[in-house]
Amino acid sequence: MAASETRTAAGQAARDRAAEFLVRRHRFRWPEALPWLIAIAAFFVFSDRMTFGSQVLIGVMFALSLDLILGYAGIVTLGHAAFFGIGAYVVGLSAARFGWSEPISGVVAAAVVAGLAGFASGWFLLLYRGLTLLMLTLATAIMLQEAGNLRSDISGGYDGLPGLTFQPLFGVFDYDLYGHTYYLYVLAVLAVIFYFVRRIVYSPFGQALTGIRENVQRMHAIGSPVHRRLVTVYTIAAAIAGIAGALFTQTNAYVTLTVFDFDNSAKVMVMLILGGTGRLYGAFVGATVYMVLEDYFSKLSPTFWQFGIGLLLVLAVLFARRGLLGLLEQADAGWRRRSKP
Amino acid sequence: MTPALEVQRLHRTFGALPVTRDVDLVLEKGARRALIGPNGAGKTTLINLITGALKPQSGRVLLDGEDITATSQAERARRGLARTFQINQLFRGLTVLENLCMTVGERDGHCNNLWRAAGAKRAVIDEALDYLDTLNLTGDALRPVRELPYGRQRLVEIAIALAQKPRVLLLDEPAAGVPSSESHLILDAVAALDRDIAILIIEHDMDVVFRFAKEITVLVQGAVFTQGTPEEIMNNEHVRAVYLGEDSHRGGRRG
Repeated sequence: MAASETRTAAGQAARDRAAEFLVRRHRFRWPEALPWLIAIAAFFVFSDRMTFGSQVLIGVMFALSLDLILGYAGIVTLGHAAFFGIGAYVVGLSAARFGWSEPISGVVAAAVVAGLAGFASGWFLLLYRGLTLLMLTLATAIMLQEAGNLRSDISGGYDGLPGLTFQPLFGVFDYDLYGHTYYLYVLAVLAVIFYFVRRIVYSPFGQALTGIRENVQRMHAIGSPVHRRLVTVYTIAAAIAGIAGALFTQTNAYVTLTVFDFDNSAKVMVMLILGGTGRLYGAFVGATVYMVLEDYFSKLSPTFWQFGIGLLLVLAVLFARRGLLGLLEQADAGWRRRSKP
Repeated sequence: MTPALEVQRLHRTFGALPVTRDVDLVLEKGARRALIGPNGAGKTTLINLITGALKPQSGRVLLDGEDITATSQAERARRGLARTFQINQLFRGLTVLENLCMTVGERDGHCNNLWRAAGAKRAVIDEALDYLDTLNLTGDALRPVRELPYGRQRLVEIAIALAQKPRVLLLDEPAAGVPSSESHLILDAVAALDRDIAILIIEHDMDVVFRFAKEITVLVQGAVFTQGTPEEIMNNEHVRAVYLGEDSHRGGRRG
């Protein structure tokens, strides 16, 4: 090509630099090992708090699923608990009503059912945007909850399905009182899901999602099938939220209709925003910080602990608009600038 | 020969106000047509109707003889109908290079892939960089679009249109807001486009119009006032009266 022959050396260097950035971007960087090392260290250091640890990991997984749709695709939803709840009840009901208590197949079933629900509802909901979408997602979760309440003979209503028992993992590893087995089980599932999510985020499809978030009008103009992309990612996120819900039921051996609460949808959004949206690891930071502080404050003051959470949110929204991770990035960039000669 | 683009009796009202009134327009293959008219004549609305951003109340749009009136905006883009926007529509938080890779990726269907890393297809990146080269943007490839001056962003807007490899290209005031030191880049890039591409350009700068266009359509109050060669339009007394004579409209920003 003539253009490449006439290109200057400087021009070629600029091209190579630019291309190299994109080629390298998805590669693993060592700080990414940090959350996993911390999770493994926690297993040994806080070995008596593993039940709580499992709940934190489930929170991370739930927030990660929300990050795919909110952080990357820019879909604002206040009904994400619907899929968490569906997953939780798939596992709970199949154990309580059909005696199907094998944990891993339960998780797979939860993913499939929640994914299908995401696909069906998303097909309709994602024709809308903004406030309309917000209200519709909220309403969907409430309607599911009320459907469960209507047939409390099946769902157990707000009293829930208590005392569920699940088979040992792989038929071998039984559950201990301290929740060690569960913690490692949830951590392993989270690692698999994280790998999937990371691939998706760095794929061309993931790029298209950020394009939809950045400027949907431009995406239409370059021929992107926007609705199909959104339904696809909504389905995936619903399936992951369903898995988180399934693990929630399995680790607690208990589930009530409160999993569908508006509270649950709002909390996961708060966690994600606190950690930082569209950053993959924002879910890890946000869910962990939120749940650890919630645990700490609730012991400090069992009646007014929510004040502490509220204060934290105010501070985060005022001083860390892009979340705690955004704050870290900012500090890192500032430090680099200063250390430059 | 089938025209590249044909608009038949296209009609659209906003409330009681007709903004596009039974417009007929033909772009032959390789056409270089300018669409001019006073502010508020409905030029941008017409482009929105042709590209599917707006739905007409009646009339048809044909692309290569096929009726595309009922198809979505994205489908029309995939069939080779591209446009630029009067006001930049870019992925402002993404880098210039990512803006171009996105366009190439969606054009060739790479964006259906959820598994392969976006950076793994070197051909996409190289092609994206070629478009940046054309518009002298390579040095800014890794800068987020929002950090660029408006005029440079305008070049990205053009680069995206080129990257779509369109058969029909609708340019809505491509050089608006671009300093004259850089506007030649845009006009050169447009002039260098494949002769087969049919181009419709909305432009207020009459020097550009007369240099670029082989045919001119004059739109007044949503209806085609007249059309003809640049000479015919320049010598048309009625056109001079409604448009060319009114200096206040020249260089205006809204159309």
